[in-house]
Amino acid sequence: MSILLEAKNISKLFGGLKAVSNFNMTINKGELVGLIGPNGAGKTTAFNLFTGVYQPTSGTLSLDGRSLLGMKPSQITQRGLARTFQNIRLFSELSVLDNVKIAYHTHLNYNLLEAAFRFGRYIKQERQIEETGRELLKIFKLEDKADEIAKNLPYGAQRRLEIARALATHPQLLLLDEPAAGMNPQETNELMDMISWIRKEYALSILLIEHDMSLVMGICERIYVLEYGSIIAQGVPDEIKKNPEVIRAYLGEEA
Amino acid sequence: MSSLRKTDLKAIVISLIVFAVLQGLISSEALDPFWQLNIIVICINIIMSVSLNLINGYTGQFSLGHAGFMAIGAYTGAVLSVNFHMPFIVGLITAFVTAAIIGCLIGLPTMRLSGDYLAIATLGLGEIIRIVIMNVNYVGGAAGFMGIPKSTNFAWAFFVMLFVVFFIKNYVNSSFGRACVAIRENEIAAEAMGVNTTKYKVLAFTVGAGFAGVAGCLFAHTFYIVHPSSFTFLSSFNYLIMVVMGGMGSITGSIAGAFILTTISALLSDWPELRMSIYAVVLIALMFYRPQGLFGNIEITSLPIFKRFKGGK
Repeated sequence: MSILLEAKNISKLFGGLKAVSNFNMTINKGELVGLIGPNGAGKTTAFNLFTGVYQPTSGTLSLDGRSLLGMKPSQITQRGLARTFQNIRLFSELSVLDNVKIAYHTHLNYNLLEAAFRFGRYIKQERQIEETGRELLKIFKLEDKADEIAKNLPYGAQRRLEIARALATHPQLLLLDEPAAGMNPQETNELMDMISWIRKEYALSILLIEHDMSLVMGICERIYVLEYGSIIAQGVPDEIKKNPEVIRAYLGEEA
Repeated sequence: MSSLRKTDLKAIVISLIVFAVLQGLISSEALDPFWQLNIIVICINIIMSVSLNLINGYTGQFSLGHAGFMAIGAYTGAVLSVNFHMPFIVGLITAFVTAAIIGCLIGLPTMRLSGDYLAIATLGLGEIIRIVIMNVNYVGGAAGFMGIPKSTNFAWAFFVMLFVVFFIKNYVNSSFGRACVAIRENEIAAEAMGVNTTKYKVLAFTVGAGFAGVAGCLFAHTFYIVHPSSFTFLSSFNYLIMVVMGGMGSITGSIAGAFILTTISALLSDWPELRMSIYAVVLIALMFYRPQGLFGNIEITSLPIFKRFKGGK
């Protein structure tokens, strides 16, 4: 298996606070990896470092063998790394379909004049993303809500739309930040099935942050455990469950 | 595909009918010269408000310097006509290019700012443009630039306006416009979707500034004279009010805003002391009862009644 994402000795300082220190992670092509840890451990900071929202203070980061350092978030997305947000960040005043259409942005190559005068290429490409956008929404059971305003969707549907939108950028690696947050057990189960399914269908690698242990242990092939900005354990789910360091981090030490 | 072009075609046909009726009224002198002039001013103000809406309404970047770009276009067009005897169309195109270039140069640094800071920066830069012009003797300085041929007639104003409205309508309905709206809705998410936010902000600012330049060129060739005092920040506010009144993010709203406010101020021109008070009352009432503007961010043509009227689905 070849390496897709490689983070080596990444550290991020906010003033005197070490949010992430000497963080090492590799994700192979096609893998589904989990990142867990107590609140405030630095999981979302790690996501923000991968996606260019923050630049690491030190260390190297590469996707498919090419460095991601110094790139803007939009450039990193164009390289094939898409994400969802822990606190949903949809384009809330726009329709569900438009949310997805924006994500097709990088796959359209007509220029401003072609758009302004409605040349053939504009019309052809617009029709194409309209079709593929609706197909994508069908996968996420949102096709009958395509013309609704995103903020009016129920919570679970908003979470699904965020994933659909991230997929529309055609990523190689998808970062999911607490996709099951706020979902009930049934919705979480459906979400697990959906994540496994899209992973196969789109030949994706996925890294997910999650607090719901049934989800993490159920679908992740490998798990990294983060505490106070450092990786304290990694391995397959069964190893992680028994690891004393992890139990200590989550439950505290015996008195 | 064909439905896209069909709606455009219908809109063009309706516009041509409106043009024919108005032109008929003007040619038959059914409209007195005062209103003939005001129709042209309405067209110019529509260009201003629609182009400002691209920046403020669609991209969500609060710019307060739009009159500055209008001044650049006005003086560029005037100099070309008077000093270089260029045809009007060359003046219009050059006004667009000059204002767009300066818009781009101003946009590059200022678009890194957001909210109040951007508003203050654009307000200041708009004033700087005006004051620089006021101190250049080549263009008449504070006395203004005189002797500009009256090239702008109703046909010019109307068709240039139609062009600008269609251009911006198609702009906002393309991936370029979607990128702008994404920036307005959530800049971080827009970046995460692969939208280069700086690029699209500067592009919208550049195009908006360019069309303000075109409006300025039409304006200069309407009144024989351009004067720096026509382009103070108060007129920038005036265009902003048109946009806000019509609805940020609605082109038909901007058209309505420009039409209504220009007509109100023309109707009240005999009572100048009353004018600003009534203006203020209208705006306060609007903000109380319809803070999102007359049309919100909806195009009037997308309402069901229009679909039926147009024979759509």
